[in-house]
Amino acid sequence: MSAETDAGRATILGAIRRHLHRGPLPEDQAAMLRARLAAHPRHLIPARSRLPRAGQVALFIANVEKEFGSVARLPDASAVPAAIADYLAQQNLPSEFVVAPHPELQAIPWAERPLLKLRTGRAEASDLVSLQQGFAAIAETGTLMLPSAPERPTTVNLLADTALVLLRASRIVGAYEEAWDLLRAERIDAMTGGFMPRNVMLVTGPSRSADIEQTLELGAHGPRRLHILLLDDDEEARAAPDAAAPGISAP
Amino acid sequence: MLQASPRVALFVTCLVDLHRPTVGFAAIRLLEQAGCQVEVPRAQTCCGQPAYNSGDRDTARDLALGILEAFGGYDYIVVPSGSCGGMLRHHLPTLFEDDPNLRARAEALAARTYELVSFLTDVMGLERVAGAASGTVTYHDSCSGLRELGIKAQPRRLLEALGVTVKEMADPDVCCGFGGTFCVKYPEISTRMVSDKSADIAATGAETVLAGDLGCLLNIAGRLKREGSAVKVRHVAEVLAGMTGAVPPIGEAG
Amino acid sequence: MLSTSPAFKENARKAINDAGLQKALARTKPQFHGKRAKAVAGLPEFERLRDIGRDIKNHTLAHLDFYLETWAANVERAGGQVHWCASADDARAAVLGICERVGARTVTKGKSMISEELGINEHLEQHGITPVETDLGEYILQLRHEPPSHIIGPAFHLNREDWEESFRRAHTDLPADRVFHERRDILTEARAKLRARFLAADVGITGANFLIAETGSSVIVTNEGNGDLTQTLPRVHIVLASLEKMVPTLEDATNMLRLLARSATGQDFSVYTTFSTGVRREGDLDGPEEYHVVLLDNGRSAMLGTEFQDMLRCIRCAACMNHCPVYNVVGGHAYGSVYPGPMGAVLTPTLIGVDQAGNLPNASTFCGRCESVCPVKIPLPKMMRHWREREFERHLTPATVRTNLALWGFVARRPGLYRLVTRIGAGALGWLGRRRGRLSRLPFAGGWTAGRDLPAPEGDTFFARYAREQRGKGGRA
Repeated sequence: MSAETDAGRATILGAIRRHLHRGPLPEDQAAMLRARLAAHPRHLIPARSRLPRAGQVALFIANVEKEFGSVARLPDASAVPAAIADYLAQQNLPSEFVVAPHPELQAIPWAERPLLKLRTGRAEASDLVSLQQGFAAIAETGTLMLPSAPERPTTVNLLADTALVLLRASRIVGAYEEAWDLLRAERIDAMTGGFMPRNVMLVTGPSRSADIEQTLELGAHGPRRLHILLLDDDEEARAAPDAAAPGISAP
Repeated sequence: MLQASPRVALFVTCLVDLHRPTVGFAAIRLLEQAGCQVEVPRAQTCCGQPAYNSGDRDTARDLALGILEAFGGYDYIVVPSGSCGGMLRHHLPTLFEDDPNLRARAEALAARTYELVSFLTDVMGLERVAGAASGTVTYHDSCSGLRELGIKAQPRRLLEALGVTVKEMADPDVCCGFGGTFCVKYPEISTRMVSDKSADIAATGAETVLAGDLGCLLNIAGRLKREGSAVKVRHVAEVLAGMTGAVPPIGEAG
Repeated sequence: MLSTSPAFKENARKAINDAGLQKALARTKPQFHGKRAKAVAGLPEFERLRDIGRDIKNHTLAHLDFYLETWAANVERAGGQVHWCASADDARAAVLGICERVGARTVTKGKSMISEELGINEHLEQHGITPVETDLGEYILQLRHEPPSHIIGPAFHLNREDWEESFRRAHTDLPADRVFHERRDILTEARAKLRARFLAADVGITGANFLIAETGSSVIVTNEGNGDLTQTLPRVHIVLASLEKMVPTLEDATNMLRLLARSATGQDFSVYTTFSTGVRREGDLDGPEEYHVVLLDNGRSAMLGTEFQDMLRCIRCAACMNHCPVYNVVGGHAYGSVYPGPMGAVLTPTLIGVDQAGNLPNASTFCGRCESVCPVKIPLPKMMRHWREREFERHLTPATVRTNLALWGFVARRPGLYRLVTRIGAGALGWLGRRRGRLSRLPFAGGWTAGRDLPAPEGDTFFARYAREQRGKGGRA
């Protein structure tokens, strides 16, 4: 840190304390605040996502569709190549795409569809279609959680015109807080010792803009299409695959 | 809790005093019909809003002191205006932050202060008022009444119980552009706002527009009459008290 | 940006007579109102979330020094660097310093109101660095050399023909027969042009909707994805953030996010909500190698402990201006300040002084609609009134207003005199308006009568009539 920012830091912290009419926090108060950070208490979680598993999955799908995304439910990973081939054909898209270097994606039996041309890695501006692995998803608003990692590059979320995401139904949670819990439990960041990777994107539908006459247009800078390949790996959710999500009407 | 015949002080408001006394008499009639003993303290002038909202706290505070003197000792203070009612109920105590005694008196007075129509329904428990009326009206929610005092359903309920049809305008909760001194400080903006309001009123096809605040009503009537509109403008108390025969609509000759 | 707030009245008059602007306002007003209302109605817990949001922000502000230090330590742990900037000058120097050190030629920018507050674009241009706005609205404004007119919909005041005209002028490679029949055509052109800019940029600058102490993260919320491309592709990411963006934890941020999109655009959630924490990690295939946060105070710490502290809760959703009847008539440019509408009317005087910005807190009817939709329940009218009090104390209130107030105050303090004066006034006006029930013109009331008639009073004051009736009854008087 430079001497200048040291001075800036002292000036700003001094001004804050002066205006709050106190000095640095006494240790007992600082300890209480540290305890609050460690406990990171949840606040009110809206009731809309407090549903049985099947209802949460249905709510997730309904919300994705409400936000102009699409979902294909697949029994397992072996159905992925055909589902992608069908989707690309339907949308008149070339059967070439970039795949994030995630083990789950690498394990897909791609050879069964030899016409699909895959490149593994980060996305480039020339990629028209990309396939990402979904870390988790949030039913409350139909939101994907995509933390950056060597096997989950951020560019794969952004650069292609059509973004495909593979998601396991067992990774759909009700509320954002539950997705944070997954991240906290499952990730260790080598650099910080914490759990946050460099980047976590919460993605809800394809890119859009209403800057031109307040009228929604899809595909502003990011993907114009967001298509989720949902693997039905959740016993409970599968029990009632067509269960309607309360409170959400079909789009 | 509710006394059989509460002693009510009427806070007339300067606009009713100066401009439309009938509203004051309508308020007295409605309160008496509801079983109140109504008194009108002589030593009242203005709630102080023009000073308070212009940043002149000293004048506002002096006037508030006068109000504390004149309106002590009543069970309720009732105001035929959401704006002045909001001033007494929410803002008066903030003028005495430096004096706990006066602050306590102001808070006690604030807690006993009500706008007329909501007093009739919420305190006196009225479901309807005496008399009958007909015709179609549209109701403008004055800002302070709506947002500071929660007045929205009460006047509509009493009007419908009288037999009046209430046709809602678009955005009844949007400001008419009066805003006290605002309308003279920023006349072009104010005029544009009240023009939008008058268009919304006209679009309902209602014969009459009602509201609970004379400031808004003068503004709305002034614009409607300038546009040559035939829509009548009245304070809601005139209709509820059956006193529309006593005075022509606002901005019209008898 | 040069403030034209002192000319607010003149700006407003022009705005009211600007057909293009009025067309845009007529188009947007129902959307502003309807979309939020629908989103709020869809979440029964919304009111309680507002209370929680207010409490989270109050808690954070009361311990802001602690949370800033915690946050800064976490930023540094993640390989980032915090630049503590007390003033706008410090912040401009910090941004330029980073750009010059890495030899930046072009800088892409996500939408940031702090950038507008600092005038970053002008500053970079003066030093030979090309800033490129990438938010569609900001991009067109940059082509047109116009400031934003709204904090989240910066170009809402433009119509389709304005976009086409600007593109034809600025994109010199456009073939003459290229058509812009649809909004889609405009979008496609902007996307193609900006994609090349994203790829070529040396530095990406974004704002921040929140800073999170627990993790040292900055958060941006966008629908286009431009902010993400801005901060992912270049080698260096600079975040511009003012210090009140702080919240303690991810859970606290989550509560604020449930409020933000619903209040702002009426979406349940924005398309991209992105948490950035430091630099590219080992093995990562993308992401910036440098992560800087330019942390700006610029007068904000001085609002703590004052009657304006509540303003620091603001999360810049724009619900207050969307629902402001004055903003809905004059649009954003009339305010002549970076931040328009009710939140701007409170914030601007702290940035440029109430002597310059006095019009802004005065141009309100105190209708209270802003406060009623504010996701963190900021008492905006109350704070505008506080500015009027400061003006009055400092004798900045116009002399005629002061004189009138003093005269009126003198009379209103004396009920006996008041009775007399009001009797004379009501009688005179009643007599003047007796024939038509109204007056079309009146000396000294031109502001009123230019746009509307003045309804005539009944003639007698209430108190005169009441006294007569009481005498008639022989009762109390």
